[in-house]
Amino acid sequence: MSKVIRVVTLTIDDQEVTGREDETILTVARQHDIDIPTLCFLEGLSGWGSCRICLVAVEGVPKLLPACMTYCSEGMVVHTENEQIKAYRKSILELLFSERNHICSVCVSNGACELQALAQKCGMDHVSLPYRFPSYEVDSSHNLFRNDHNRCVLCTRCIRVCDEIEGAHVWDLADRGINAHVISDLNAPWGDSETCTNCGKCVQVCPTGALVQKGTAVAEMHKRRAFLPYLNAMRGNHG
Amino acid sequence: MTPDELMDVAQGLQEKDASIPNHVRVCTAASCLSLKSDELAKQIKAELKEVGKDKDTKVRCVGCMGLCSAGPLVSVEAEDQKPVMYQKVTVENAPQIAESVASGKKVKDLVCDTDSPFFARQQKIVLENSGIIDADDINDYIANDGYQALMTAISEMQPNEVLDEITKSGLRGRGGAGFPTGLKWNMLAKTPSDTKYIICNADEGDPGAFMDRAILESDPHRILEGMALAAYATGATEGFIYVRAEYPLAIKRLKTAIRLATKNNFLGSNIGGTKFSFSIDIRLGAGAFVCGEETALIASIEGKRGQPRPRPPFPAEKGLWGQPTSINNVETLANVAPIVRKGGEWFASIGTNKSKGTKVFALAGKINNTGLIEVPMGLSLREIVFDIGGGIPDGQEFKAVQTGGPSGGCLPEEHLDMGVDYDSLRTAGSIMGSGGMIVMDKTSNMVDVARFFMEFCMSESCGKCIPCRVGTYQMHELLNRIAEGEGTMEDLAKLEELCEVVANTSLCGLGQTSPNPVRSTLRYFRHEYLELIDGKHIPAGAGQEVAS
Repeated sequence: MSKVIRVVTLTIDDQEVTGREDETILTVARQHDIDIPTLCFLEGLSGWGSCRICLVAVEGVPKLLPACMTYCSEGMVVHTENEQIKAYRKSILELLFSERNHICSVCVSNGACELQALAQKCGMDHVSLPYRFPSYEVDSSHNLFRNDHNRCVLCTRCIRVCDEIEGAHVWDLADRGINAHVISDLNAPWGDSETCTNCGKCVQVCPTGALVQKGTAVAEMHKRRAFLPYLNAMRGNHG
Repeated sequence: MTPDELMDVAQGLQEKDASIPNHVRVCTAASCLSLKSDELAKQIKAELKEVGKDKDTKVRCVGCMGLCSAGPLVSVEAEDQKPVMYQKVTVENAPQIAESVASGKKVKDLVCDTDSPFFARQQKIVLENSGIIDADDINDYIANDGYQALMTAISEMQPNEVLDEITKSGLRGRGGAGFPTGLKWNMLAKTPSDTKYIICNADEGDPGAFMDRAILESDPHRILEGMALAAYATGATEGFIYVRAEYPLAIKRLKTAIRLATKNNFLGSNIGGTKFSFSIDIRLGAGAFVCGEETALIASIEGKRGQPRPRPPFPAEKGLWGQPTSINNVETLANVAPIVRKGGEWFASIGTNKSKGTKVFALAGKINNTGLIEVPMGLSLREIVFDIGGGIPDGQEFKAVQTGGPSGGCLPEEHLDMGVDYDSLRTAGSIMGSGGMIVMDKTSNMVDVARFFMEFCMSESCGKCIPCRVGTYQMHELLNRIAEGEGTMEDLAKLEELCEVVANTSLCGLGQTSPNPVRSTLRYFRHEYLELIDGKHIPAGAGQEVAS
């Protein structure tokens, strides 16, 4: 017997909306054209809840909750934005920009970068923290693609798409904290990976210029994501 | 086995024990063991043979007696004599100990005063068997009412009656947050599922905290019994003890305890001939502090990278392998058997209004009596630090006490008369945490203390969420600048801003509480930050020694 899924009524930003109890606040908000900014979230992949950009306030809950991972419930009252949340989003973006080397002017994704777009949207026009300027390697060992760790935001979309959609699980995380980074296979160069199928899905879902196609110059790397809803629909996934 | 049969067995064991005239107990928990107390025990046995007392003396290797700074500790109960405790006993002292058993005369130089407040002011529930029984001998546990609660519960009580006792007792989680245990178990009991899990969180990782280690090393069966009672109350069938690999002795004793308990049918299928079955496995943590967070702990048991995930759903709904799970701290579980045995009301009569029972604290830092204590909730910090702890060594003055580890805060002198419980500590800007208490004297530099804990959080952050991963790094950098006299008022403002962002936006408890040491030192010792910023250096203190 399959579980009965109820339809619930909730309020998002003073608007009364309905959604299924197995849908997240983010999904229902977007169905009703209410915008909540996101970074690690990508429709068609499992939720991860790590970037904290989509944090929203739910009345009666003392902590802010990630809209991408919090399910709707009856009578819930959600506020997707207030002065505090706006300030937090800006601070989180500042932290992210200070972490690695995000220099838009020399980036292949300039103009088509989700991080850049998010910063513009959230009004983050400068970074008030000292930059770390870490030295990361660029892995160009793959025939078709390149991995530039300097531009990685650790959203793990590449890990999730490779594991959940492609089924190859080439990518994973190594180390922890500020030293955490994405690795292919057991920390081998991407070009030497025995599991990579060269499908390029990771490149297309990457929000920044970290995973890119070779042969692209500044501002030339535009990602194509149409495969993700298509594959999910064909496979009958409702992710 | 029925409860009555178990009682008979226990009585038989007690009588047998009483027929032996002399008892020598040698502490072989980690601290005394590091001073070779195992060799000392062997030597005492050999010397007793020399003086012809080996036949009527039982030498036990027992768990922690509390006063670690005076170890190795040995307690001697000679025929018709008051028990005597000896401190700092070395292998060379073994003949004297043996001689004292034979003659009934004390070894005056080694006597440890058990009438001192350190011993007299304590009240032991969790540690009642600690230092008394041999952890590897299940009969010792049985002789001290062991498994009595479990056998009574499964044969004479309904699961909800056990739940009621726990709820009535007012027991709150001893791992840090103080969530009511009865409520947690009720949530699990109400979630319908054929498979449910009980997990014992023994991933004790706060710097300066060693309560759980001592409990596991001294009285492992108590944890097994607590877990079995939790399972019976909630309908769970399988249990895991997640213990850090850095506790080899605790792991060894747990393994022995599980083997013996299973052999005696206190664990396994159809426990005590009833329909209740429950088994326990051990899983070892690989040294990540964040794996003490319950969702990260679950991920680690599942074989995944130890990273937390957002809650809800809470483990009581979706826990280990997606099944309903309850995760309880070692000390919480150690309270369960006594509560079921003596009743929830008895437990609720100890402690304060909202914090019931006792709490085990690990005293460390600038304090005379380093060690493990168990006191009723509500005892004042002054009594803990000055009476039980014996005050500050080297004639120094008290400055602050740090509670709650990296998630806690530093409390100054003005809070010394505050009764210690979950709520009072929170109001004062710290937390109960797991029970580490690090005392600091006037030589300690509070900015260094804050920096030490921030460094800890930074290196233990899993790196999943941005605020914790980058926020702890940036806060640590700011603290570095301030501590080295290069900070500005802007840096201080930025630090306070980051404290708020990281506390309110991080994914799990590690990040959310990581600013606490900074916030509490800013609240009570702001002048030290300002003096450093103004360029008026105060003498660099004992920052490094906080770790010990």
